[in-house]
Amino acid sequence: MIKIENVKKQFGDQEVLKGISTVFEEGKTNLIIGKSGAGKTVMLKLLVGLIKPTSGAVWYGDINFTALNPRQMKEIRSQMGMLFQGSALFDSMSVEENVKFPLDMFTKLTQKEKLKKVNETLERVELTGSNNKYPSEVSGGMQKRVGIARAIILNPKYLFCDEPNSGLDPTTSMKIDALIHKITIENNITTVINTHDMNSVMEIGDKINLLHFGELAWVGTRKEVMNSDNDLLQDFIFASPFLQRLRDAANLNATRKSKA
Amino acid sequence: MYWKETMRQMNDIGVGSLVIVGLVSIFIGAVTAVQFAYQLGSSTIPRYYIGYIVRDIMIIELAPTFTCLALAGKVGSNIAAELGGMRQKEQIDALQVMGVDTVSYLVAPKIFAAVFVIPMLVILSAFFGMAGGYIACVAGNLVSDAEFMQGLRAFFETHNILMMLVKSVVFAFLLTSVACYQGFFVTGGSIELGKASTNAVVIANILVLLADYIIALVMT
Repeated sequence: MIKIENVKKQFGDQEVLKGISTVFEEGKTNLIIGKSGAGKTVMLKLLVGLIKPTSGAVWYGDINFTALNPRQMKEIRSQMGMLFQGSALFDSMSVEENVKFPLDMFTKLTQKEKLKKVNETLERVELTGSNNKYPSEVSGGMQKRVGIARAIILNPKYLFCDEPNSGLDPTTSMKIDALIHKITIENNITTVINTHDMNSVMEIGDKINLLHFGELAWVGTRKEVMNSDNDLLQDFIFASPFLQRLRDAANLNATRKSKA
Repeated sequence: MYWKETMRQMNDIGVGSLVIVGLVSIFIGAVTAVQFAYQLGSSTIPRYYIGYIVRDIMIIELAPTFTCLALAGKVGSNIAAELGGMRQKEQIDALQVMGVDTVSYLVAPKIFAAVFVIPMLVILSAFFGMAGGYIACVAGNLVSDAEFMQGLRAFFETHNILMMLVKSVVFAFLLTSVACYQGFFVTGGSIELGKASTNAVVIANILVLLADYIIALVMT
């Protein structure tokens, strides 16, 4: 479980996060949603310690992550995996070398054991046989899969994903979502996803946090999204006229049924 | 220390720079010899002094300084662009989140490799320079083969070799650390990356020349 307590972040005069408190639950896919500029990426970077909050604290279990120095942070970071928006794969390394990188850095496994683990992980993300390809030789969706494989190869307790669907077609996007959700459940890890993809919200959002200009505007499950009367949430979820028409049609049907 | 990465950097900086260092040095040695022969004109100074001057000027000044100025352009801009690109593509962030000490992994091997390999390049540069001087003199009939060789062996001071090595180590440290700093802390997009790469070369060149002056004052 990750808990953030009254976290504020200021860049110069601009307050990007205005005292946010929430909990990211274990074994669940926790989403941070919101419009561009809402503070989602800043929040994710605070969670992994890439930036420090101006005030407030981030707790991993009973450890105050914010109060740790970089050396102490390593302990918690060894339990983290992160998928970056652009995948952040190392260009000069092959798919196999990218996925093997954390094993080279943090384990004393033999080359044979490492290769076995890499192949198992690649199979898990449906990339069997892509070992010798380079990031520039694979599609955006495959790059995301390699990023996920690299993030999970050390069996992390916490998985962070920054816009995992950006730049992907709807079908690939859904596959990536399903993969992340499956890994979360199978490994019982705490997953935090930063997204503005509505499909992700409705398909895998076990717990959804809506950010609005640096403030937490709404928290709930995907089942609660449809019934919520929070205007900000409704405006965000049903931003497109097509979805608005769907919602109105659904409401109309519900009204008819109740009258009947 | 990450030895595999350090070895890769040594190969990139050392082997990767051999051709440019060789070419620059041969021409500098040749030009120095031709110019000095011209300065001597019909004076009474012995002609074998050309070999002596080419040797000493290559060892004391031209080999370390020109090599490092050339490397500031080639290696410095390359390092700044590599690290800057990694920063922009969030690869440095990815390393940090994994718990990798990014300075130890990305910066230290580059500086260590440069400080180890660049003095070797400078030594080679001095030899290439002398060879260039020899070719220019003998092929251009400026001085005989025997006279040039006599000059190369005359008035040799081992202190000059020490000065060359001190300069090469200091310059290597300066050009790589400036480039690493410029690349590692780059912010923004491709324009900023280009600026960082240019700054790495310009600042390193100025610092190399400043350090050259200070070392010359201290060691002569």
